[in-house]
Amino acid sequence: MTSTTNYLNADYGIWSWLLTKDHKRIAILYLISITFMFVLGGLFALMLRLELLTPAGDLLAADTYNKFFTMHGIIMVFFFLVPSIPAVLGNFLIPMMIGARDLAFPRLNLASWYIYIFGAAFTLYAVVTGGVDTGWTFYTPYSTAVANTKVIPAALGIFISGFSSILTGLNFIVTIHRMRAPGLTWFRLPLFIWAHYATSIIFILGTPVIAITVLLLAVERSFHFGIFDPALGGDPILFQHLFWFYSHPAVYIMILPSMGIISELITCFSRKVIFGYGFIAISSLAIAVLGFLVWGHHLFLSGQSVYASLIFSVLSFLVAIPSAVKVFNWTATLYKGSVEFAAPMIYALGFIGLFTIGGLTGLFLATLGFDVHVHDTYFVVAHFHYIMVGGALMGYLGGIHFWWPKMTGRMYPEWPARIAAAIVFLGFNLTFFPQFIAGYLGMPRRYHMYPPEFQVLNVMSTAGATILGVGYLLPLIYLMWSLRYGKVAPANPWGATGLEWQTPSPPPTENFPVTPIVTEEAYAYSTMREPEYV
Amino acid sequence: MLERLGLMPPQASTVAGQVDLLYAFLLLVSAFFSILIAGAVIGLSIKYRRRPGEFVRTPHIHGSTALEIAWSIIPFGITMIMFFWGAHLFITLKRPPDNALQVNVVGRQWMWKVQHLEGRREINELHVPLGRPVKVTLTSEDVIHSFYVPAFRIKQDAVPGRYTTTWFEATKIGSYHLFCAEYCGTVHSGMIGQVVVMEPAAYQAWLAGDGADGATAGAAGGISVTATGEGLFGQLGCATCHQAGSVLGPQLAGLPGTSVTLQDGSSIKADDDYLRESILNPQAKLVKGFAPVMPTFKGQVSEEQLLALIAYIKSLGSSAGGAPGTTPAGSGGPDAGQRKTDS
Repeated sequence: MTSTTNYLNADYGIWSWLLTKDHKRIAILYLISITFMFVLGGLFALMLRLELLTPAGDLLAADTYNKFFTMHGIIMVFFFLVPSIPAVLGNFLIPMMIGARDLAFPRLNLASWYIYIFGAAFTLYAVVTGGVDTGWTFYTPYSTAVANTKVIPAALGIFISGFSSILTGLNFIVTIHRMRAPGLTWFRLPLFIWAHYATSIIFILGTPVIAITVLLLAVERSFHFGIFDPALGGDPILFQHLFWFYSHPAVYIMILPSMGIISELITCFSRKVIFGYGFIAISSLAIAVLGFLVWGHHLFLSGQSVYASLIFSVLSFLVAIPSAVKVFNWTATLYKGSVEFAAPMIYALGFIGLFTIGGLTGLFLATLGFDVHVHDTYFVVAHFHYIMVGGALMGYLGGIHFWWPKMTGRMYPEWPARIAAAIVFLGFNLTFFPQFIAGYLGMPRRYHMYPPEFQVLNVMSTAGATILGVGYLLPLIYLMWSLRYGKVAPANPWGATGLEWQTPSPPPTENFPVTPIVTEEAYAYSTMREPEYV
Repeated sequence: MLERLGLMPPQASTVAGQVDLLYAFLLLVSAFFSILIAGAVIGLSIKYRRRPGEFVRTPHIHGSTALEIAWSIIPFGITMIMFFWGAHLFITLKRPPDNALQVNVVGRQWMWKVQHLEGRREINELHVPLGRPVKVTLTSEDVIHSFYVPAFRIKQDAVPGRYTTTWFEATKIGSYHLFCAEYCGTVHSGMIGQVVVMEPAAYQAWLAGDGADGATAGAAGGISVTATGEGLFGQLGCATCHQAGSVLGPQLAGLPGTSVTLQDGSSIKADDDYLRESILNPQAKLVKGFAPVMPTFKGQVSEEQLLALIAYIKSLGSSAGGAPGTTPAGSGGPDAGQRKTDS
């Protein structure tokens, strides 16, 4: 299976990539673009952590610091985390997992990538021509009436890239409905597919709202129509409602696909059928739906009515239940399994630990009387990094390692990968756990300088971030190395179930020489023949 | 002890202990579940680890509805305890006691301007007496700020164009951080002040302006906020139309806190926000029976002057009611309308 034609060597030349309609090649285009954005966003984070090493604002000027945390947030949220798993792994794997030749609308898929690039270009233009300093949340009236930075280009970048999300979501939903292989019923689908289905619903229903919101923001800023600015007769709290109506569900856009990956990894590396398939599948949908009803917990202190706050509080607790159900089911899957600590599994187990802490601290913030104290402090910063980095990014890295052989036809080196996974886990905890304490002690977020009593915790955090940086650098290096020097990957190096493993690595352009027929449920590891790789 | 180890901020208000108790409960529940899950994940994955070259045929366990129900219902029950406990405390934090001292705080880039009803003003400092509830009415001149005193465990956004309130009762003499917690531009992290908690007698002396630190505080010559408001009321000509028996404008004495019927037949509570809006944008919610003749005062009065006008209008109510209070407006009697202004 070495010298046969596959999607990578089927065609050469730059245009065979830039005009490709192959979902696998588009996934690679996304992989390169979002990796670039991740490195850029990471460099901003590095500068922030260096500044916070000392209480005084001595490394960066105040305005520079404010721009850096804003651009770190915008780039990481809108241009890395939101597209990361769906656009790379979802794009590559959804057709393969359901036995299809491609997504339902291949041209639309390519258009999504161009739209993403176009949006990213606007935002990068804002970055290089002076930056933007409103925070990634763009709160009004600061963003519309006061800030004199590149707010509109950054906002338009988000507006444009939103269409990429919407079209990707549409493509996934149609593909999952219409293009499943014969015999692949809904409840035989891998949970990765369920997770992406739920994510796509949020893409389609939530993204238009952020698009409208940033457009209104640009209109008020440019033409002084009173929408959000009270001096013009607008309502600044309206902006927060609209912004979080998308941006809270956006957290589930980041975490749901990651949860889908975890279900694949846990089953494969414990060689066991998933525990509670139906509950995990339905909990993804429950999270997607309930996730739309909790945005008001970002407004507990904004002057929102007490009754509204009470309702948003109780709904926020409810959305925690389906997440907890997933964690319990993954844990139960390990029972009587045959657990192998391959690098993707280390990421998966790490995900469970970090996501648990992120989820539990979410309960602290949903608790009204406690939220008052830690709202807008480092407690919140720590909480959402546990979800978005500890959760979403760990899942993404686990997934990249797991499907790397399928995507590139090469194995990554196992031991460096295990060590990197452990470094990421330790570095992450050292970075963000002290921030819970700093927040409870009262350190507000987005502070360029801070009172000296918070220094010890900040030094720990910066030390952790340095370790974390090494942990991210290692995969970047050895994965590139593996493209040339890695062992050639067999079709199914992990002995995994799932249709994507039944075709060569890397797959041919048409994915499957013959359309597969599915006769069994997902994760039928108990009835699988002894894998050849052992 | 936790405080001395640097793991807990000082506890200096009546609610601080209650917030920390809730925190302890949340920590306990989280620690239990973290250890349970981490223990199960580590324990199971080590117990069932694969030996090199081994192939185990794993059992086909589909799941257990009983377990699923159990691990949905139990967390649900625990979160509902969190919800009710947190909600109860939140409502306490939202309801200032009736005898609370009134302080107005206006945020602007990048300072806190404090107005004591007795007339003293200060910037980035807030002097308060020990053992007396203090109700803080907040607004902002420019962007959103957030009034945060970690030692008191309270925080409230100061939103331009409207009033929000918070309250605390200090229980320990000392100086505590006052942070701006909502990002507000370049010097956001420099928008730091302090709350100084004093013995009641020392506080009274400070209010009268003869404290040792009187020089830094910038006393307003002993003119109370109500008196400032009264002066403005005359200066701006409000009395012309708003005097007793006038047909041009509604009578203001006794109005605050009551329900007002509007032109379209709906009714609204005449709270601080309504009074503010009616001064700046009189046509927005016109009282039934009156013509839209009042001019706007937008741009003519500052946020602090607005607060003074409102304080004066509220003092009219309390004097008309025959209860000359010890302190002027804002603290006058059991007043349901007052409490609702924070919503």
